[in-house]
Amino acid sequence: MRPPRTAQRRGAEGLHRYRFILFRPLQFLPVLLGISVITFFLVRLIPGDPARILLGTRATPTAIANIRAQYGLDEPYLVQYFFFLKNLGAGEMGRSTLFKIDVLRLIATRIEPTLALVLAGVVLALLIAVPSAALSARRQGGAADHAVRVLSTAGLGFPSFWLGAMLILLFSVKLDWLPVSGYGTNLGDKLVHLVLPGLTIALSLSAVLTRSLRAGMIAGLGSDIATAARARGMPENVVFWRHVVPNALVPTVNLLAVNIGWLIGGTVVVESVFAVPGLGQLMVRGIFSRDYMVVQGVALTFACATVLINFIADIVTVALDPRVEL
Amino acid sequence: MTAALAPRHRLLRRPMLLAGLGLLGAFVVLAVFAPLIAPYDPIWQDSAARLVPPSAAHPFGTDNFGRDVFSRVIWGARVDLQMAVIGVVFPFLIGTAIGTVAGFFGGWIDALFMRVIDVVLAFPFLVLMLSIITILGPGLGSFYIAMALVGWVSYARLIRAQILVLKTQDFAVAAASLGFSRGRIMFRHLLPNALAGSLVFVMSDTVLVLLNGAAISYLGLGVQPPVAEWGIMVAEGQGFITQAWWITLFPGLAIVTLAFGFSLTGDALADLFGVQE
Repeated sequence: MRPPRTAQRRGAEGLHRYRFILFRPLQFLPVLLGISVITFFLVRLIPGDPARILLGTRATPTAIANIRAQYGLDEPYLVQYFFFLKNLGAGEMGRSTLFKIDVLRLIATRIEPTLALVLAGVVLALLIAVPSAALSARRQGGAADHAVRVLSTAGLGFPSFWLGAMLILLFSVKLDWLPVSGYGTNLGDKLVHLVLPGLTIALSLSAVLTRSLRAGMIAGLGSDIATAARARGMPENVVFWRHVVPNALVPTVNLLAVNIGWLIGGTVVVESVFAVPGLGQLMVRGIFSRDYMVVQGVALTFACATVLINFIADIVTVALDPRVEL
Repeated sequence: MTAALAPRHRLLRRPMLLAGLGLLGAFVVLAVFAPLIAPYDPIWQDSAARLVPPSAAHPFGTDNFGRDVFSRVIWGARVDLQMAVIGVVFPFLIGTAIGTVAGFFGGWIDALFMRVIDVVLAFPFLVLMLSIITILGPGLGSFYIAMALVGWVSYARLIRAQILVLKTQDFAVAAASLGFSRGRIMFRHLLPNALAGSLVFVMSDTVLVLLNGAAISYLGLGVQPPVAEWGIMVAEGQGFITQAWWITLFPGLAIVTLAFGFSLTGDALADLFGVQE
């Protein structure tokens, strides 16, 4: 006979579903190794003397000798790669030739604006996408549905750099409500500066999310769960918000994770439009000023962040949907 | 209904496909006949007519060098259309070949390519492209190379998944039992059946490539001035946004319209082939 399902047993089963949290990081190892190989070659493939590339053109002979020893630049690539890993393990990502400080410290100061921008973008996108998708799905074929479908299809093709410029034109130049660019010093000031860049990201992202949410909601409205809830006499509004919307949100979390690379790439452009001093702007400046260690460091940081965010999305999916096993 | 009329009727019953193809066709015409349609030379500078607002003589106004924005937008269709198409073709070909081989042979070849794909996907798309452009130096050629190196992964994954399913089906087994070569089975039997899904994806991917190419040019790392390209035009206009909004507005609208054409066509094709996106 099957044992009765006690609360305790359910709890143990529940934890069982989270076992992947222990094993998944092991699967990341080959990916992280691959990321390190690519970022290693990023700087090594640039034509010219690597020591000069790492130090800039006005390096002293002693500095060049030191960097040759530290990175094993006279050794074969394989040995150089191990030097690179060793330095990385010691938290040594080289020095910025432009800012004259350690790349790791430089990156640390630039994480906050980028993180805030991504969060603002995601939150605003959900605030736009959930109501639009609801409006569209509940009156399928109606005028609002058509409007939402056309806008979300068109929204896929809005270049963020242009959208940002248009928002500046409207809200900063014409209406004079919000600052044109930059990033504040205190919390309130920062939030004010984040509105337009956040909205730029959100408008593009919400086009993607709305399409997925709408499809999920329409499927949910016709599902057995919804029919059963209606049969129990549950009002349509409650059916929709309690049963349909949460189920439609699960694939959206995954969609967000899949798009995180695209989202981070978007911050590179949007930070340049609004002069937000984040990682993306740092990378672009690094490319222009041939500050290769900075480019390498930012690429490495972005790649690791993407892996981490996908992992978090897996955990959230398992938490949201009891049927998912990973 | 006669057989000859059937396709046209089917097309007419699909307004989305018609609208999408119509938009794309219009841009192709603009690109091909740019010298005939554009009223001015796109890089000719009229120092007497700087920052002129939209008027009959200059429908989209002029920029800070006195260049006609309308003509530049039309000439831009050449560069941006070319960027979107070439930027998709190479990833499509490379990804399809790799996906077919990986899915068909399986084993260590498959495992190897899958790990490479995992690593490429770990990088944010634009970040990896910018990294490659860092090595190669700015320019349109670098953009195409970076696109080919990064963009193939989506196609490889799509095709591989299809091939994995198809190679166990009766027609594939039958072809193998007839003694056909692996190459023939892969490219003559399996691949044609696997292509529908990625052809739909090509359309939505073209939108992304167009936006990426324009964004990279906006950042100053792609197409270089004075070439008329929509991304650069937005970047150049942004400095004058307080005085001359038209320099920025119109090239952006051109990108949005062209992208809309590709999106519509993609959605309609997905409908037509019964492909889930």
